Amino acid sequence: MKIRTLLGAFASTIALSSNAYAATEIQWWHAFTGRLGELLAEQIEEFNASQSDYVVVGSHKGNYSETLNAGIAAFRAGEQPHILMVFEVGTATMMSAKGAIKPVYEVMAEGGAPFDADAYMGAVKGYYTTTEGDMLSLPYNSSTPVLYVNRDAFTAAGLDPDMDLSTWQKVGDALDALKEGGEDCPLVTAWQSWVHLENLSAWHNVPFASKENGFAGVDTELMMNGPVQVAHIEAMGQWAKDGKFIYTGRRNEGGANFRGGECALFTESSAGYAGVKAEAEFEFDIRTLPYWEGVEGAPQNTIIGGSSLWVMAGHEPEDYAGVAEFLAFLSSADVQAKWHQNTGYLPITNAAAEQTKAEGFYEENPGTEIAGQQMTGKEPTANSKGIRLGSFDQIRGIIDEELEAVWAGDKDAQTALDSAKERGDALLRRFEQANR
Amino acid sequence: MEKRVTFKGWLLPMCLLMPQIIITAVFFFYPAGQAIYQSLFIPDPFGLSMQWVGLGNFEYLLGDSYYRASFVTTAVFSILVTVTSMGFALYLAVLADRLIKGSGIYRTLLIWPYAVAPAVAGVLWLFMFNTRVGVVSWYLGLLGYDWNHVLNEAEAMGLVVVASSWGRVSYNFLFFLAGLQAIPKSVIEAAAIDGARFWTRFRTIVFPLLSPTTFFLLVVNIVYAFFETFGVIHTITSGGPQQATTILVYKVFSDGFVSQDLGSSAAQSVILLVIVGALTIVQFKFIERRVHY
Repeated sequence: MKIRTLLGAFASTIALSSNAYAATEIQWWHAFTGRLGELLAEQIEEFNASQSDYVVVGSHKGNYSETLNAGIAAFRAGEQPHILMVFEVGTATMMSAKGAIKPVYEVMAEGGAPFDADAYMGAVKGYYTTTEGDMLSLPYNSSTPVLYVNRDAFTAAGLDPDMDLSTWQKVGDALDALKEGGEDCPLVTAWQSWVHLENLSAWHNVPFASKENGFAGVDTELMMNGPVQVAHIEAMGQWAKDGKFIYTGRRNEGGANFRGGECALFTESSAGYAGVKAEAEFEFDIRTLPYWEGVEGAPQNTIIGGSSLWVMAGHEPEDYAGVAEFLAFLSSADVQAKWHQNTGYLPITNAAAEQTKAEGFYEENPGTEIAGQQMTGKEPTANSKGIRLGSFDQIRGIIDEELEAVWAGDKDAQTALDSAKERGDALLRRFEQANR
Repeated sequence: MEKRVTFKGWLLPMCLLMPQIIITAVFFFYPAGQAIYQSLFIPDPFGLSMQWVGLGNFEYLLGDSYYRASFVTTAVFSILVTVTSMGFALYLAVLADRLIKGSGIYRTLLIWPYAVAPAVAGVLWLFMFNTRVGVVSWYLGLLGYDWNHVLNEAEAMGLVVVASSWGRVSYNFLFFLAGLQAIPKSVIEAAAIDGARFWTRFRTIVFPLLSPTTFFLLVVNIVYAFFETFGVIHTITSGGPQQATTILVYKVFSDGFVSQDLGSSAAQSVILLVIVGALTIVQFKFIERRVHY
């Protein structure tokens, strides 16, 4: 991997020195490998070929955490890239680093590139926009959780694979029937905190944290130990106890089980679509994330996960003009439509969604439109715009620990979530202190 | 009679010592000093501002019952790793020492795992014990045992201990084998002629004569378990389930490098530094007395 990166850097250096020495170089540090890395490289190539003033150079810096760390270390050394890919939980960290970043709306205004903030999907850009409506970073890859159904497993257990699974009550009935029908793994999930607490809260229009989920200030407190969340975790805990919900780990380990055909239902990011489609040797379909019937305002809208592109401070004005041009290119309908269709990530602009629809993609690939519908069904509220908390990565770790205590039967849902709130709040106070 | 060599003047001894002093200063004293300095602040990740908090980071950490619990986890983990890796290595070394034919191949094969990086070792073991597709967990399933280290705390601890000890066995094996081969054969033969069985010979002659090696490995392995095992834990359990495998150094790593809480991470490093320093002093003061050189 290292050698390949070096070779790539070497090759691009040669390319630069031979034919494009007059062009301004724009560094983009990202976290993608494999298929996503290839698609990202294609976008860069296409941009570089489309004009001669700028050359974008992409560098892979490891996973999301490693990329963020590389960016931070580089900033401290005065060697920061122009564009840094940061995962959604790093948003508050980047926002608070006022001297280290240059907000995207500023870059676009100064660079003079065509930029209309309203062209972006509200529920996507909301995550990266201030309460005043200024876009701070450009959404890049965004996905939202959906429900994957193994239709063959339903048939094998004697259930109608077309049955209604829109509410958790109905999913509960299905789990009972699946278990009785001999299914060993009725339900698995990926990213438990993201799906079953963060999105659960937004989907039911209840707060995850005070101060508009942290959007309105760093003096925020966790509120995910409310009645809606506790009831959900309690139900999940009971399913875990009965062997209807199988816990496989903190990340997306459950994906292997579902794609292997072992599990009937799977809550996972819409971006998991490509993998399921490629590997599943069974009939599957995609449903909206279930909600609890009887909760007022549900379903509201779900929120995103993924990453956005932050522009780092400390470069020359002409560099920023190039950055603006590149970001405008990335937001164009063609680029976004292609990205959306190839990856299962959401299109970030309404135009890209329209174009995908017009091309007939959703008819050929049923289920791929669901993520978009879930995000755009209703205008986002203060509870469903997103979550912006300092030390969010650590808070997710704490939530993982407490949820594991519920799945293992060591704690009841209320105790676990109360404890997660208390421990998470201590971290939020530290973050507040660090960014005073 | 002890023989002392003394230098005339200062220049030559200083020149001879300088390289070592410089290396220690640059690679040990400077970073350790930085860690102590930073543990008194809450900095923001980008180094734009720093809040002086005095001993606030330490108060915050020691007031956290989960952090205090990880001391116990660390003690359990370190003892298990040290005992497992040293015990198994000694057993293998004794066997290899008795081999006459093919001992070269046997030794070479035993040394291989040492070349595997901790994180890679973690992935290997994770694959074998994966709750769904792992070979070992599948066979355990056939025997009627439901292996699930993602929820069972004892199984998770067992798995990270085995994965951390595995590569270490090779290292310890090398030292034990060298130690065994340095024991004069005549002593053992004399005991054998006096009618001492293998186990008696091992207990009364071999093990005491091996004690310098054992003591050295004890210190080195405890330091290893304390500092170098976060890669294995990161790949296998990420400190879970709950906090069953969150050892002190893993928390330093995840708070500092994953979560950018540099103040807390620095304070944890200082605490760790003090613990390991104290532990080493204790070892040299009390255990070394029983070592026969």
